[in-house]
Amino acid sequence: MTNPETHSNYVSYLDYQGKHKGIWAWLMSTDHKRIGLMYLSGIILFFLAGMTLGFLMRTEMLTHGKTIMDAQTYNAIFTLHGVIMIFLVIIPGIPAAFGNFFLPIQIGAKDVSFPRLNLFSFWLYMIGGILALSSLFLKGGPIDTGWTFYVPYSLRTNSNVSIALLAAFILGFSSILTGLNFVTTIHRLRAPGMGFFKMPLFIWALYSTAWIQIIATPVIGITIVLVIIERLLSIGIFDPALGGDPILFQHLFWIYSHPAVYIMILPAMGVVSEIIPTFTKRDIFGYKAIAFSSLAIAFIGYFVWAHHMFSSGMSDLSRMIFSLFTFLVAIPSGVKVFNWVATMYKGSIEPKVPFLFVMMFIFLFSIGGLTGLVLGSLSTNIHVHGTYFVVAHFHYVMFGGTVMIMFAALHYWFPKMFGKMYDEKRAKIAIAFIFVGFNMLYFTMFILGYMGMPRRYWDFLPEFQLGQTIATIGSYIMITGFLILIHNLAKALFKGKKAEQNPWGGSTLEWTIPSPPPIENFEEIPVITHGPYYFPSAKEAK
Amino acid sequence: MENVQEIQQEHHSGYGAYVLIWLTLIGLTILTVSVAGFELGKLTLVVALGIAAIKSGLVINIFMHVKYDDKIFKFFIGVALMILMVAFVFTSLDVFFR
Repeated sequence: MTNPETHSNYVSYLDYQGKHKGIWAWLMSTDHKRIGLMYLSGIILFFLAGMTLGFLMRTEMLTHGKTIMDAQTYNAIFTLHGVIMIFLVIIPGIPAAFGNFFLPIQIGAKDVSFPRLNLFSFWLYMIGGILALSSLFLKGGPIDTGWTFYVPYSLRTNSNVSIALLAAFILGFSSILTGLNFVTTIHRLRAPGMGFFKMPLFIWALYSTAWIQIIATPVIGITIVLVIIERLLSIGIFDPALGGDPILFQHLFWIYSHPAVYIMILPAMGVVSEIIPTFTKRDIFGYKAIAFSSLAIAFIGYFVWAHHMFSSGMSDLSRMIFSLFTFLVAIPSGVKVFNWVATMYKGSIEPKVPFLFVMMFIFLFSIGGLTGLVLGSLSTNIHVHGTYFVVAHFHYVMFGGTVMIMFAALHYWFPKMFGKMYDEKRAKIAIAFIFVGFNMLYFTMFILGYMGMPRRYWDFLPEFQLGQTIATIGSYIMITGFLILIHNLAKALFKGKKAEQNPWGGSTLEWTIPSPPPIENFEEIPVITHGPYYFPSAKEAK
Repeated sequence: MENVQEIQQEHHSGYGAYVLIWLTLIGLTILTVSVAGFELGKLTLVVALGIAAIKSGLVINIFMHVKYDDKIFKFFIGVALMILMVAFVFTSLDVFFR
C-alpha cells in the first residue's frame, strides 16, 4: 500500500504540472480524474441553475393566479428545468463525474482506454450545455414544449426548439462516447486477477449503463434529426396535418428516454452497493444477484417504453404488453433493495454522512418505485396520468434516487478526490433539511395529483391552495438544505482538514492509494486475489 | 508491422467485391423507391424494412468488416440488432392493432 509521506516521488493529480498551464492544464487534460472533476463542476453548476428554476416555479405556484411570472414564462421555465436536470445533471451525473474518476481506479488501471476521446466527450458536453442555455437568450425565445419535445406542438411553436434539440443531440454523442470508452476499459484494462465477478458492483452498474448509452442513445439522435428536418423542410413524418404519425414520435422518443431512466438510476444503485458494505463492514449480500439484476434492469428496461403513452391512443394490445413488462422490471429492482437491506443485517453499522444518504435513498426510491407500479397499471394510470402524481413519482425516483446518491457519492469519495475532509455535523443537519423538505414537497404532490391537479399548469383551483402552499414551503426547506450542503463542501475544499488515505475503512482499490490520487493512480498495477468487499478484521472482531 | 499487413490482407475482400456491393446497394435503393409507388397496404412497411435490413447487412458485413471480426464483436452486434428488432416489433404491435 502506498503512502504519500513515504513516497518521495508522489505527485497528486491536482498538483501535477503538464505541458499546459493554468486553466488549460484542466481543459486540455486527458487524465480521467481531472475530466471527472470538470464534469462534476459542470454538473453542480447546472444543478444550481436547475434548482433556481425549480425555486421560481414553486414560488409561482404559491398563490392562486399570477404570483411572479406569466403563463408563457412558466412554460419556458418548467421546460428548461426539465432539460437541464435530465440532460445536463442526472444523465451524466454519476457515470461522467464519478465513473470517470473511479472506474479506472477501481479496476486497477492507470486511465480509461481512450483518454483523448474522453476529453472530447467532455467538450461535447460543455458545447451541448452552452447551446441549451443559449436557447434562452436567442431570438425566438426559450423553448416551451416541456422536456419531452412532443409533436405536433414542437413542430409548430416559434420558440428555439431546433437549438435545444441540437443541444440534446450533441449531449447524446457525449453520452455514447463515454459509454464506448467505459465498455472498452472494463473489458480490456482490468488488473491481473480481477475477473468479472471480482469487480466492484459500481463497475457492474457502469458496465450495464454504458451498454444502454451505446444502444439506446442513437435512437433519440435520429428522432431529433427527424424533428429538425420536419421543422425546416415541412416533410410529414410526425405532423398529422402533413400525413405524419405523432404517436410514432412518442414511441421513438421513449425508446431512448425510458432506458435513459436506467442510465440515470443504475449507476446510483452501483454507488449504493459500494457504500453499504463500507459502512456495515460486511461483504455484500448476494453479489451475483446484484450484478445480474443490473444487467436484467438494463435489458428489460428496453421493453417498457410505451408505459409513458398509455393514454395517447395506442393499441390495447400494446398497452397490455407494456404494462406487463413494466411490472417485470420491478423484480430486479426489488432484488437489489432486499440485498442491500440484507447486507446491513448484523453489520457494524456506522451512520456516517454517505450512509445516511443511502438510507434516505432506499426510503425515497421505494416510494418512487412502488408508485411506479400504480402508474404501470392500466386502470389507475388513466386516472392519474398527466397529474402531479406523475411529477411526484419521477421526482421520488430521479431526485430521491439518483441526485441523492450523487451527493452520497460526493460525500463518500470527497476525501479521496480532494484529500480534504468536510464538517460531518453540518452535512447531517443539511440532510435533515433535505429529507423533511423533500417529503413535504413531493408527497404533497402525490396527494394533489390524486385529487386531480394537472402537471404543467400555471394556475390552480382554490381547493388545491393548502397543498400548493405546503409543497412550496417544503421546496424552500429543501433548497436551504442543499445550500448548506454545497457551502459545507466548498468550505472543506479550501479549509478542510487533511483526509486520511482510507477514512471510512473501505476495501475497494481506491482506498489503497493516497488521497488525492497520484497522476497515474498506481505505482504498480495491483494483483487482485480476493473479492471487492473484504473485511477480515471485522470478521475476526466477531 | 507484419501483423498489421496480415490483418489488412485478411480483411480485404477485393475492390471488385466492393464495387459489386455498392451497385447492389444502389439497386436496392431504386427498388425501395419503386416499390413505394405500389399500393401494398400493411405490407409496405414490411417490404421497406426488409430491403433496408438487407442493405444494412451488406454494409455491416462487408464495408464494416464485421464478417472477418472476432466472435465477441459479432455477439454484441447481434444483441444490439436483437434489441432494435424488438423495438420494431413492439412499435408495430401498436401501429397494426390500433
